[in-house]
Amino acid sequence: MVTRGFVGRRQPPETGARLPPGQYLTDDFPILQIGPNPAVDLATWRFTLREGSRPIKTWSWAEFEALPRTTWTGDIHCVTKWSKFDTTWEGVSFDDLLADAGIAAPTNFLVAESYDDYSTNVPVADLVGGRALVATRYAGQPIHPDHGGPARLFVPHLYFWKSAKWVKGLRFTNVDTAGFWELRGYHMYGDPWREQRYIGD
Amino acid sequence: MSSATSVIEPVVFRWHRAEIVAIAPVTPHVTSVRLRCGLAAAYRAGQHVDVRLTAEDGYQAQRSYSIASAQDGSGTFELMIEGLPDGEVSGWFSQAAAVGDHVELRGPIGGSFSWDGPDGGPLLLGGGGSGVVPLLAMLRRRAQGWRQIPAALIYSVRTRAEAIALAELESLAAADPNVSLHLATTREAGGRRIDAALVGDALARLGPPGKVFLCGSNRFVAAASDLIMAAGVAPGLIRTERFGA
Ligand SMILES: Cc1cc2nc3c(=O)[nH]c(=O)nc-3n(C[C@H](O)[C@H](O)[C@H](O)COP(=O)(O)OP(=O)(O)OC[C@H]3O[C@@H](n4cnc5c(N)ncnc54)[C@H](O)[C@@H]3O)c2cc1C
Repeated sequence: MVTRGFVGRRQPPETGARLPPGQYLTDDFPILQIGPNPAVDLATWRFTLREGSRPIKTWSWAEFEALPRTTWTGDIHCVTKWSKFDTTWEGVSFDDLLADAGIAAPTNFLVAESYDDYSTNVPVADLVGGRALVATRYAGQPIHPDHGGPARLFVPHLYFWKSAKWVKGLRFTNVDTAGFWELRGYHMYGDPWREQRYIGD
Repeated sequence: MSSATSVIEPVVFRWHRAEIVAIAPVTPHVTSVRLRCGLAAAYRAGQHVDVRLTAEDGYQAQRSYSIASAQDGSGTFELMIEGLPDGEVSGWFSQAAAVGDHVELRGPIGGSFSWDGPDGGPLLLGGGGSGVVPLLAMLRRRAQGWRQIPAALIYSVRTRAEAIALAELESLAAADPNVSLHLATTREAGGRRIDAALVGDALARLGPPGKVFLCGSNRFVAAASDLIMAAGVAPGLIRTERFGA
C-alpha cells in the first residue's frame, strides 16, 4: 500500500545490502530494556550453567576472565529497527564454556537468565560453532552497564533482544521455552533477515 | 516478573490499514495524528504501534510510536509525533501527511510498559520530551474511572512552549487533588534538570508508589531511575521505555 507523498531516505547500495528488511542504520547505540540497570557487583558476580534446576558449573568473575577469549566484529540488529555496523565484542565463546565445564550440550534448547529477571530462549544450534559469546568487552572496553555489562549473551545473527544483558547463566531446557519478550508476542527465534519480529512473522 | 503487570497473551501482529482522520500541530515540533484503525478497538495505555510507510517504488520504512489516547470506543486513536530534522518517518508526518492519507500499523505492542485501572497505584510517571506520550495515555485512562488512584507526573522538557498537552496536564493537576505535575524545563531561565528535590516533591505528594513508568531518551530514563531508586523506591516497581539514544 503506497503512502501518498512518502519518498524515504534510501541507503547507499552497499549499506542497503547489509541491512535486514525494515531496519535502518544508526551510529548511536540505542537501548532496549524493561527496567533500570540492575546493580551487579563483580565481587559477587557468578555465571552458572544449569540443566533444568541442576547447576552444572559456576564461574566467579576471576575464573570467567581466565577462560579463553574470542573477538567478533560485525553488524548487530535490534527489533526496534536500528542496526549498527562494524561493532567489536570480546568474550568467552559458548564452545569454550562447554569445554571448560567438560560437557556437551545436554539438550537442544536453553534459556539465558539475567540479573534483572529478564530471560530469553535460544536454540543450542545457534550458539555452537563460534556463533555466540558471553561477552565482557565492547569496542575494547568493559561493557557499560547500559549495554549489559559486566557480561551479556551475544548472538549477533539474531535480533539483539536475544543477546540478554546482565546475564547470570544459561539453563538448558528440553523444549524451546519462551522468555520475557517471547511471552509478550515477540518471535520465538528472531532472525532479522526473515524479519521475525513477532509471533507469526 | 509477570506479577508486576497483567499477563498479555501472545498475539499475532498483522499489518492494518489506517486512515488519518485528524492532524494538527500541538507544539512547534510535535504533531497530533488521529487514525481510524481496527487496532483502536483494544489496547492498554502505554502500548505502542509500529507504523510502516511505503514509497511508490516499494521502499518501506518502519518506526514505533506510543498511543497517546485512552481507549474511547470511537474506532480511532491518537499518536503524537515529534518531527526530527531530516527524520525519515517523523518528517513525513510533520510535513506531508494530511487528512485522508493512509499508513499501515501493527500492534498494540509492549505489555510490560502498560497500565490499566485494575493494576492500581499510586502511579509515579516520569517523561522526557516526547516520552510523555505513553504516560499521557495512562493519565487519560485513569480519568476514565480510576480517579481514586493517586498519580504524579514528572515531566522534563526543554521549554514550556515545547511541552506536549501542557494545558491539559495543568488543568488536570489543578482540578484533581489526586494528581500532581512536576515540570522541569531544562532550557528556560530559572529552569532545571530533574533532580533529587523534584523527585522528593513528587514522592511527598504521592506517597510510596505502587507502579513507576519512565519514558524518554536513555539519558533521561537513566537519570530518573537513579534518582527514584536513591529515594528508596524498589527497582522491581520501575518499568522503562527508551526512545532512541
Ligand atoms: C517503543 C517506542 C515508542 C516511541 N514513541 C514515540 C512517540 O510517541 N513519539 C515520537 O515522536 N517518537 C517516538 N519514538 C521514536 C520513533 O520511533 C522514531 O525513532 C523517531 O520518530 C525518529 O524516526 P525518523 O524516521 O523520523 O528519524 P530517522 O530518520 O530515524 O532519524 C533520527 C535522527 O537521526 C538523524 N539521521 C538519521 N539518519 C541520518 C542520515 N543518514 N543523515 C542525516 N541524518 C540522519 C535525523 O536527522 C534525525 O534527527 C518511539 C520509539 C520507540 C522505540
